[in-house]
Amino acid sequence: MQWETVIGLEVHVQLATKTKIFSGASTAFGAAPNTQACAIDLAMPGTLPVPNGEAFRFAVMFGLAIDAEIGTRSMFERKNYFYPDLPKGYQTTQLEAPIVGAGHVEIQLADGSSKSIRIHHAHLEEDAGKSLHEDFHGMSGIDLNRAGTPLIEIVSEPDMRNAEEAVAFARKLHSIVTSLGICDGDMSQGSMRFDVNISVRPKGQEEFGTRTETKNLNSFKFMEDAIKLEVERQIDLIEDGGKVIQETRLYNGDTRTARSMRSKEEANDYRYFPCPDLLPVIIDEDYIEAIRQDLPELPDARQHRFAKEYGLSEYDAGLIAADAATAHFFEECAKACGDAKLSANWIMGDLAAKLNAAELTIQQSPVSGALLAGLIARIKDNTISNKIAKQVFEAMFNGEGDADAIIEAKGLKQMSDTGELEKIIDEVIAANPAMVEDWLSSEEDKRKKKMGGFMGPIMKATKGQANPGMANQLLEKKLREKL
Amino acid sequence: MHKLTIAELIQGLRNKDFSSVELTRHYLDRINRLDASYNSYVTVTEEIALQQAAAADARLAAGDAPALCGVPIAHKDIFCTEGVRTSCGSKMLDNFVPPYNATIVENYLRDGAVMLGKVNMDEFAMGSSNETSYYGPVKNPWDTNCVPGGSSGGSAAAVAAHLAPGATASDTGGSIRQPASLCGLTGIKPTYGRVSRWGMIAFASSLDQAGVLTRTAEDAAIMLNSMTSFDDKDSTCVDEPLSDYTASLNEPLKGLRIGMPEQYFGEGLNPETSDRVHAAIAEFEKLGATVKSISLPHSALSVPAYYVIAPAECSANLSRFDGVRYGHRCDNPKDLEDLYKRSRGEGFGEEVKRRILVGTYALSAGYYDAYYRKAQQVRRLIKQDFVDAFAEVDVVMGPTATSPAFAFGSKGDDPVAMYLEDIYTIATNLAGLPGLSIPCGLVDNKPVGLQIIGNYFSEAKLLNVAHQFQQVTDFHQLTAPGIE
Repeated sequence: MQWETVIGLEVHVQLATKTKIFSGASTAFGAAPNTQACAIDLAMPGTLPVPNGEAFRFAVMFGLAIDAEIGTRSMFERKNYFYPDLPKGYQTTQLEAPIVGAGHVEIQLADGSSKSIRIHHAHLEEDAGKSLHEDFHGMSGIDLNRAGTPLIEIVSEPDMRNAEEAVAFARKLHSIVTSLGICDGDMSQGSMRFDVNISVRPKGQEEFGTRTETKNLNSFKFMEDAIKLEVERQIDLIEDGGKVIQETRLYNGDTRTARSMRSKEEANDYRYFPCPDLLPVIIDEDYIEAIRQDLPELPDARQHRFAKEYGLSEYDAGLIAADAATAHFFEECAKACGDAKLSANWIMGDLAAKLNAAELTIQQSPVSGALLAGLIARIKDNTISNKIAKQVFEAMFNGEGDADAIIEAKGLKQMSDTGELEKIIDEVIAANPAMVEDWLSSEEDKRKKKMGGFMGPIMKATKGQANPGMANQLLEKKLREKL
Repeated sequence: MHKLTIAELIQGLRNKDFSSVELTRHYLDRINRLDASYNSYVTVTEEIALQQAAAADARLAAGDAPALCGVPIAHKDIFCTEGVRTSCGSKMLDNFVPPYNATIVENYLRDGAVMLGKVNMDEFAMGSSNETSYYGPVKNPWDTNCVPGGSSGGSAAAVAAHLAPGATASDTGGSIRQPASLCGLTGIKPTYGRVSRWGMIAFASSLDQAGVLTRTAEDAAIMLNSMTSFDDKDSTCVDEPLSDYTASLNEPLKGLRIGMPEQYFGEGLNPETSDRVHAAIAEFEKLGATVKSISLPHSALSVPAYYVIAPAECSANLSRFDGVRYGHRCDNPKDLEDLYKRSRGEGFGEEVKRRILVGTYALSAGYYDAYYRKAQQVRRLIKQDFVDAFAEVDVVMGPTATSPAFAFGSKGDDPVAMYLEDIYTIATNLAGLPGLSIPCGLVDNKPVGLQIIGNYFSEAKLLNVAHQFQQVTDFHQLTAPGIE
């Protein structure tokens, strides 16, 4: 039987506000446990929440970015459950009147097609603390630094049909929130976390199958793996005559396996009700309009601008424009060196590979946009070849200085002195009589290709510094003289 | 000195008839000697009181001290006091010492009032008789076999026994006004949002409001002046201009339109209580007020609506008491569930558990619409009743409680009988309106109260109405038998 997968996402995005959603405590990551939790975050008796206006501004920015209706009268509910990292015994969240209503996000797929994914709504809520189950000798540790960090939870419609679409959607959301500057996008620190709802149904059937929810995926790779694994599990289960049960599952990225966490029957009754400590939040049109006017450039607009302004292909422009930091890096580099295409190639190629291997973000890159531009300028003015450029880039990445300093220090300047190069070519021709004989006896249309055989020894003799174009020209001239 | 009202104490301190230290020592001495009979104090803060009194004397000597400077008061043990155990009448918080002050505590500190101690209350303010306190019941100074009312029973008994000239209190369904009625005091619950809830341990957040218990309306006005402030730490606090509640006390009542809700004088009201209330209202007519009968058609629904909304909110508000961060923790929990079950099972008393269960039930999947949502709809109807009434009258008057103080244990086995104790007071909390109770006579040698309900933010008017009544009557000057 042919199966169709149906995927919907719930995405938790930590907002980059300085303080928490209902208290004045700092949201900075990495402090010693429980040093960034005030009386409100600890749910001390008698304390009360006061909403953080910045969190609302960020949520409205997101709403405008996905073309959604903004909830002009939004409310908070209490979601009740007991857990030690949830100090109040309830999470303050939004249910009936969320701040962001229905919207949509466009995704591009590898085959060049695009698709619109509908957003059901996005709401503001507070994050919980962290439970630490290791190193406490049979007990658990609680760190409440994260408790009260503002989140928006983005809930999609079940519009995705495979892992590729889900990942493209997740990446697009990442791109939007980082472009808006409302989230640092650092997934390794939990700034974005994905819950994936997955079901399968026979192709052509309208009714959805029973879904499972795989919770708390914190990388695109894990998400892709977890979806593939779960789709396979569900199809195998049904084809073997079994039934998918509604449950929450946990994926382990280390073992690449998933397990059931709890079934629907074991689920909490959250007993939502309006939080009596918080009044409805009224957002007026002027406020929304002011935010709309100040909205930073969004990834789609940036992509089109890069294609138009810098002459990049839409595909390249899309890759470069997706991440705000990468886009900024690109513009700095392209403007400084005057070659957008080369800038894009270097950023997506060598730079991306090096950063990836070193597990660095582009903000942490030891090679800045200006430094890379300096390197590209030396390629364009033929001071160095592409091959040498890679060597210079490597040195730049290791912090050995700018391109000119490295070229100078390592003596990597391209050999463009005709006399010296001629001498070396003569030596190579003299040392390889068999190759010369072969070239001379070849058909004319094969000769060009066969010249390549001489380039290795020439580059070796010049330590790679020969200007390839010039060397080629001289070599051909010398060989033709022998005809 | 303990016979003097707050207004008189303020005068005495300024006239140097006595110092704040002398006054404070006098009250501490009374508490030490006499409170064993009433059990009104949970904690006496002798050392702090004497330090604050000495500081107040210095401010008074320097001149320009705020009105309450040097006047001793007691705080209900629901208000967080920095460095002083705040138990909320519960074993759960028997060991809880807050690192912060409630805003109202801070306001009294600012004005130089002296804290004598923390007074008893029903556990987490849940009760109408002060019998649910972990620290034992409070006795009514008028008759120590009877309850003082609740939940602010400790505040009421302390003031009635002259163990404090005034006390802070809180009112979720009548917890200031009903004890005022049963102990012969003046008690006011301001408009919801008038007084900051920061640092007041929550029972039902949409209903809780702090207020005061004093012997006279003038004293209540003075205490309320210090208590009210706009507080950005409480999102439900309303940024209304502050009034000087003493400024309008002497305005004449000629032309005051009084409404008597027919529903407040029906079945269940003690006939003698009814007589005293009618007589009091007749007194207002002598002062130039007009009286008409009005209807609050949804009154009968206020108790059922309240006993869905208040428990629902409390079921969430009390979830934080889980034995993890502060408060009671059971010995040797074997796992997380055991920690929760035993810490909460041991830390909470019966009435608190009952309300958590009721509230949890009312919010459960499948019941929410039938209970919680319905109760909120009823709440809007009740509020509308008052909005309609205040289109025709300036104040609403009726009994505060159905009868005078009842004997200990007489309603103990029947929670519904106890819940009906607040039948006349609950509607004002549901509507968020201010309400006040003043003594209007004795029945069986025990006080009964007249309740006066006003429109939103009409506290000054309520106090003016009460004060004018107290200018022509002496019910507020009656003292419980046996008070020296």
